[in-house]
Amino acid sequence: MYTTDLSGKDKKQPAPQTVEDPALLAAFEARVANDEFIEPKDWMPEAYRRTLVRQISQHAHSEIVGMLPEGNWITRAPSLRRKAILLAKVQDEGGHGLYLYSAAETLGTSREQMIEALHSGKAKYSTIFNYPTLTWADIGAIGWLVDGAAIMNQVPLQRTSYGPYARAMVRVCKEESFHQRQGYELTMALCAGSKEQKRMAQDALNRWWWPSLMMFGPPDDKSPNTEQSIRWRIKRETNDELRQKFVDVTVPQAEAIGLTVPDAALRWNEARGHYDFGEIDWEEFYAVVRGEGQVAKERMQARVKAWEDGAWVRDAAAAHAAKRAAAKIAAE
Amino acid sequence: MKDWPLWEVFIRTKGGLSHRHAGSVHAADAKMALEHARDTYTRRMEGVSLWVLPSAQIVSSDPADAGPLFEPAEDKIYRHPTFYSIPDHVKHI
Ligand SMILES: [Fe+2]
Ligand SMILES: [Fe+2]
Repeated sequence: MYTTDLSGKDKKQPAPQTVEDPALLAAFEARVANDEFIEPKDWMPEAYRRTLVRQISQHAHSEIVGMLPEGNWITRAPSLRRKAILLAKVQDEGGHGLYLYSAAETLGTSREQMIEALHSGKAKYSTIFNYPTLTWADIGAIGWLVDGAAIMNQVPLQRTSYGPYARAMVRVCKEESFHQRQGYELTMALCAGSKEQKRMAQDALNRWWWPSLMMFGPPDDKSPNTEQSIRWRIKRETNDELRQKFVDVTVPQAEAIGLTVPDAALRWNEARGHYDFGEIDWEEFYAVVRGEGQVAKERMQARVKAWEDGAWVRDAAAAHAAKRAAAKIAAE
Repeated sequence: MKDWPLWEVFIRTKGGLSHRHAGSVHAADAKMALEHARDTYTRRMEGVSLWVLPSAQIVSSDPADAGPLFEPAEDKIYRHPTFYSIPDHVKHI
C-alpha cells in the first residue's frame, strides 16, 4: 500500500552494495531488535536509510496525490456539511504529506529532490489513486475503504523503528479515524436513500473493493524485501497479514448497511477464524504500478500544473523575504 | 527551484505547559513559517501558542558523545532521594 515497495523500474539496476562496519552494524541490529528508536543523527546502515527514504517519500507522495481524486468533488458536494467535511479531509491529507516529507528530509534527501522525482515520474505512489472517482458515492467508498486500508497499514507503523517516521504516523493516525468514519457515514446515507442512491453505493463498492485490497501490495511470497524490513522494524506486519485483517473487519461493515462485497469466493472460514477471499488480479496491480492506471497521466498533469501555476507565488515570497532581510541588515 | 529554509515548530498545548517540538515546515520567512506551522500542526486545537525557529540555528549534541555526556550521571545515585534510608517512624521527610 502506501508503504509497499513499488520500486518497479529500479529493479534492473541492483542497489549499490555498501560494506558496513560489522561492529556498528551489530550494534544497530541489536538496538532495533530491542525495539529502540533510531534518530536522525544515529548511525544506520545505508540500506536502512535508502529503504526508509523510498518508503517515506512514497508514502508522502501518496498523501499528496491522494488529494486529487477527492479534491475534484469538493465543488460538487451535495450539501454544505459534506463540503466542509471533504475540504477538511483533503486538507488533512495535505498535512500528512507534509509531515512525511519532513520525516524523509531528516534522512538527507530534500523536498526539492522528492518533488522532482514525483513530477518526473521516477517516484511511485499508491496504485489506488490512479483510479477515477466517477460518482459522489466514490467519495464515500474512498473514505471507508481507502482510508480504512491506510489505517490498517499505518497503525503498526506508529512503532516503526525510525523515530521521525513513527512520530509522523502517530499524528496521522489521530486524524485518519474521522476520514474513515465520514466515508462510511456517507455510504450509509446513500444506502438509506433512494434505490438509485443505494445502487450508486453498491457500484462504488464494486469498483473500489479490489483496488483497496491491492493497496496492501503484492503477496508475501512476491515481496522479497519484506523480511529485512520486518527485521529492521521498518514494517511491522506483512502485506498478507494486513490484507486479511482489512477483509475481516470490512466485510461485516458492508453487511451492516446492506451492501454486497463483490467476491463470489468470499466466505467465513470457521477453522481459520478469518474470511477466505478470492484471487486478486495481480496483472492489474502490476500494470497500475507500471503507470498504466486509468487516470495516471491525468493525476501527474494536475500535480505538475498546480506546481507550475504556483511558481510565481513561491518566487514572490522568496523575493519578499530577501528584500525584508536586506532592509533589516541595512537598518542595523 | 531551491527549497525555502526549514523551520522547527514548537507548540504550547495549553497555558501552564511548556512549548514542545511538533515537527518542521519550510517557509520563506518567519511570518510565513508561523502561518505554515498553524496550518500544518494546529488544525484540531492542538495549541494556544507557537514558536518557530530556523532549523539551521539548532545546536545539538552528537549521539557518539552520549557516553561522555550522560554516563557520569549514572553512578551518582546519591542525587536521588531513595539513596537515603530514614527510619519509618520519622514522618514528613
Ligand atoms: Fe492520510
Ligand atoms: Fe486519510
